[in-house]
Amino acid sequence: MPLHFELVTPAKLVRSEEVHMVVVPGTEGEFGVLEGHAPFMSTIRDGAVQVFATANAAPEIIQVRGGFAEVNEKGLTVLAEHVEG
Amino acid sequence: MASLKELKGRIGSVKSTQKITKAKQMVAAAKLRRAQAAAEAGRPYATRLAAVMASLAGKVAGDSAPKLLSGTGADQRHLLVVVNTDKGLCGGLNSNLVKAAKIKARELQAAGKTVEFYLVGKKGRAPLKREFPTLIGKGFDTSTVKTPGFDEAEAIANELIAMFDAGKFDIAHLVYPTFKSALAQDPTINQLIPVPAPTLAEDTGSVVDYEPSEEEILEELLPRYVRTQLFGALLEREASEQGASMTAMDNATRNAGDLISKLTIIYNRQRQAAITTELIEIIAGAEAL
Repeated sequence: MPLHFELVTPAKLVRSEEVHMVVVPGTEGEFGVLEGHAPFMSTIRDGAVQVFATANAAPEIIQVRGGFAEVNEKGLTVLAEHVEG
Repeated sequence: MASLKELKGRIGSVKSTQKITKAKQMVAAAKLRRAQAAAEAGRPYATRLAAVMASLAGKVAGDSAPKLLSGTGADQRHLLVVVNTDKGLCGGLNSNLVKAAKIKARELQAAGKTVEFYLVGKKGRAPLKREFPTLIGKGFDTSTVKTPGFDEAEAIANELIAMFDAGKFDIAHLVYPTFKSALAQDPTINQLIPVPAPTLAEDTGSVVDYEPSEEEILEELLPRYVRTQLFGALLEREASEQGASMTAMDNATRNAGDLISKLTIIYNRQRQAAITTELIEIIAGAEAL
């Protein structure tokens, strides 16, 4: 089962896609989100979001600054103020 | 009656005015599409942030709520943040905004509150200063950048929050145009600080883990929310400006066209009259011989 991942900045919806796993740089440590993750909310520190399209694929790295991540039954939403790359 | 030469001059000047308005209209039409797309692209972030805010604010209520949410406990000093455009040639957009701000200010003053203005954009300064010479506080100049973006919104929000933390005002209202269509842009007044308690989202029943605690997340979220509000206002302003400008310039171009055809008719009539007079003079002269 894929995970629905959305990356949103104030200027636009950067990503909205089905992926295998996303590793998010939370304020209190990195955490990986797979499908079926428990509802969770965390602020994020400046760092890289790693997106794994499939289980074995090399991660795609997106630099984000300022924001927070929310996991609910619909998937993972990362709200970031700045996104690079 | 104007002479032929004068008429010719007037036709010429109206024609060049028409050229200007036509060019401005086409530029506005092209920019409008981009501004509208930007305004639309900004919406997902705003709606998601609002949803998260709603679910969090419901949980963190009472004394532990941050100051940005609960307010200073007073409602005496009001700050009106008025978002105007930097350039003119956009019809009644700015005067409508100023009018809305004035009404709000009068209303607050009638209720015995003190009012101060914080102006974003150039065009509101003069009319508001005429009306309330002593109440104009600081402002933010957006004319130095081509298209105001999130960085500008961030700068404005940071300044406002610093002013709030320093106890300069109790409540801030945001006055900005909402873009409805190229024909209609309505001035809107929203409470900006303290952040209005959102209507409670329906409880999904699921237990959400927070990292760090709810309070800390909310603490970080509220300035973000203010920033997003301002960013939204800037985007709406951009779209409204282009929309209003397009409509106003379209009207002006059409009006200039009407004026030109009217003046041309007068010009032709006078020219013919002059020719007829000349002919009569020649004939009369020939007959006299």
